[in-house]
Amino acid sequence: MLELRNVSKHFGGVVATDDVTLEVALGEVHALIGPNGAGKTTLIAQISGMLSVDAGRVIFEGEDITRLPAHARVRAGLARSYQVTSIFRRFSVLENLALAVQARSGSSFSFWRPLAAETALVDEARALARDIDLHEKQDVAAGMLAHGEQRALEVGLALATRPRLLLLDEPMAGMGPQESARMIGLIERLRSRVTVLLVEHDMDAVFRLASRISVLVNGRLIASGAPQAIRRDPEVRRAYLGEDLAA
Amino acid sequence: MSGLLFLEQSLNGLQFGLMLFLLAAGLTLVFGIMDMINLAHGSLYMIGAYLMATLAQATGSFWIALPLALAATALVGAILELTLLRRLYGRDHLAQVLATFAVILIANEVVRIVWGPQPLLLNAPPSLTGPVTLPGGLQYASYRLLIIGVGILVALLLYFLIAKTRVGMLVRAGASNREMALAMGVDIRRLFTAVFALGAALCALAGAMLGPILAVQVGMGENILILAFVVIVIGGIGSIRGALVGALLVGIVDTSGRAFLPLFFGVFLPPQFASAAGPALASVLIYLLMAVVLFFRPQGLFPARG
Amino acid sequence: MKRVLACFVVLAAFPLVMQAMDNLFYVSLASRMLIYAIAATSLNLALGYGGMVSFGHAAFFGAGAYTVAILATEGISNLWLAWPAAVVVAAVAALMIGAVSLRTRGVYFIMITLAFAQMVYYIFVSLKEYGGEDGLPLPGRSSGLPLSLADDVTWYYLVLALFAATLYGLYRLSRSRFGRVIEAIRENEVRAEAIGFPVYRYKLACFVLSGAAAGLAGALIANQASYVSPSLLHWIQSGTLMIMVILGGVGTLWGGALGAIALLALEHLISDYQIDWLERLAPNYQDHAGLAVGVVLLAIVLAAPQGLAGMLSGKRRA
Repeated sequence: MLELRNVSKHFGGVVATDDVTLEVALGEVHALIGPNGAGKTTLIAQISGMLSVDAGRVIFEGEDITRLPAHARVRAGLARSYQVTSIFRRFSVLENLALAVQARSGSSFSFWRPLAAETALVDEARALARDIDLHEKQDVAAGMLAHGEQRALEVGLALATRPRLLLLDEPMAGMGPQESARMIGLIERLRSRVTVLLVEHDMDAVFRLASRISVLVNGRLIASGAPQAIRRDPEVRRAYLGEDLAA
Repeated sequence: MSGLLFLEQSLNGLQFGLMLFLLAAGLTLVFGIMDMINLAHGSLYMIGAYLMATLAQATGSFWIALPLALAATALVGAILELTLLRRLYGRDHLAQVLATFAVILIANEVVRIVWGPQPLLLNAPPSLTGPVTLPGGLQYASYRLLIIGVGILVALLLYFLIAKTRVGMLVRAGASNREMALAMGVDIRRLFTAVFALGAALCALAGAMLGPILAVQVGMGENILILAFVVIVIGGIGSIRGALVGALLVGIVDTSGRAFLPLFFGVFLPPQFASAAGPALASVLIYLLMAVVLFFRPQGLFPARG
Repeated sequence: MKRVLACFVVLAAFPLVMQAMDNLFYVSLASRMLIYAIAATSLNLALGYGGMVSFGHAAFFGAGAYTVAILATEGISNLWLAWPAAVVVAAVAALMIGAVSLRTRGVYFIMITLAFAQMVYYIFVSLKEYGGEDGLPLPGRSSGLPLSLADDVTWYYLVLALFAATLYGLYRLSRSRFGRVIEAIRENEVRAEAIGFPVYRYKLACFVLSGAAAGLAGALIANQASYVSPSLLHWIQSGTLMIMVILGGVGTLWGGALGAIALLALEHLISDYQIDWLERLAPNYQDHAGLAVGVVLLAIVLAAPQGLAGMLSGKRRA
């Protein structure tokens, strides 16, 4: 479904992404792990189109999208959630979701018809609110939600664009055990509907959810495969898990 | 079109550019370090010119009045920063624009109240009122040569200050990354006041030097302020080098454009069009220049922040 | 809703009351206020709703005014031709300036709009056969309606109708799909793009609409005094419009109108009514109305950034 071929990116003298070749298969939950500063978010940004690649190609469902702008990639079925929550704080949960649905459905160069008349938008937003388990708080301003709820809304916004590939950038960032469990449940429920590329630090979640895992260290992909194989891979243990064990 | 005319216009452009640089340098530092739009910068230029004219009148000497005017304007700048502008750091740009616009309105009226609505007289020092003969036979006003000299001197001093001293390093650090500078323990507030006072002094210098050539009147700040903005946009916010390059570019393009475009158009357009089209295009030339630069480099030629 | 209706009833009845009192000067003043209300409202669209701090709005306002004046000088006084032309010219100017400026952000954007607007100023001032620095008088108000617009009361009603239309247009816009997107962009531009909205196009459209409405206000101001002055294009005019917007309430429906009316009323009060004790304290204070405006503006920015509309409704802008 998604293929990265020899993708590279550097900022000045610093190599952020080093000749990464990666494949995400249809229907899987593919986890991307690596120590802090490995370049995971930079890679996600290049896939979503916010950052340009310096070399290499990004291929989505057979189409080369390397030069496609971000908003066009969204329309093509690729959506992303953010590591640092980036929602519309003054809008309610429902309005947040409705906005994302609006982006997907028809032109918004409509200056006269009241938005409130479009019940289809609101209905779909309500359904999404149920999906992410926020239907009880759907009229609360997003800025007023608890951290875990905001992270769920993050995922909801990405989901609202009806993507076929969902890029989740550390959805569990800053969450306690209860909230994490809810997020894991949410991602589990999504499995059947979307392919997921998941960036996470929470190893529990990773090993529970992932069908395959790729490991990024210093911008380079050092291993990619089934979870058990990754667990046992000596290079991975050394570079990543091993550091934790040693410490 | 004679070589002498060309040389004369180039020198005029250089002179204008260097004075623009004085204004732009202070402005770009304030934008770069404090991330603040300061429309009142033009008012400091005006106040500098007015103080200079008054002090020159009072002391009878251009050279005695000059350092006094610079110091006085620097003081005004420091007071302005301490009382008002401090409150604007960190606020949104609209608030900064409106507040400093209010300062312009207030400053214009205060000057009008204190000095009256008529322009003030500011004379060049008597030793420099005559022309000087340059190599090649050009007669050029010696006062303008002084301006060029002062401009180059200040540019060198600023370069030395920014590039070679500790204070300059702090300024550069602050311009490229404010949070980092703060984290390194720089007393940011004193730095800001100092930078602002320096900018005010530079404005006063430009105002004092240009006073004998342009009129010392209310509203003189606004016209030149926009040019200073164009300079910074072209040069890149936060960069002194950018301010210099941008100022010279703008100064030379503007001066040459005004001098040569009407002549140029006169060659192949009928006179009534040439006399209208020439000056019209000349005034917009620098804005076109700005648009072209921005098209290729939206951050300007030498942006301080990467 | 009831308050709005009451407002318009008062506004509609106003000239009749003035006619009865035989004091038509105020009718003319009122129509001038309403024209600026339209201009400030147009700026509020770009500035308040769109979050684009454009310091060059006078360019569109003045371009509209000059279009009408130049056409009138060339013999075209029919408002059905001249006024749409003014709107189109202003919209095209906004399209060109916006297309370049909106590729930048923050401080750059503000300065670039300022610079481009000043460029427009210089272009019009250099047109010597259309008045240059002295401005251009018009032979009279526009023709084309069965009633003569030379009559101040008729003129007032036309302006009032256009003001109501502008306000209603903004109202519908803010509740439309477009309005919601603009609001989202103002709230979180990066995420709006990430959700799939081509942000640049929306901002540009908002900017152009705002400029077009300013062009209409310009056409009206040209007719108001049958005269256009280059000061309409000057950046001080841009600043004045911004003052009106912040005074009245950034991003609120009535913000532009309230601010324009308040500011013009303040200026009128200061210059036309001498307060004796103030005159003794500060002779010729009336020549320095700018000082009061500056101080009031400063006070608002520092103390009451929500403006009048914020204070009236007692809530933060949504």
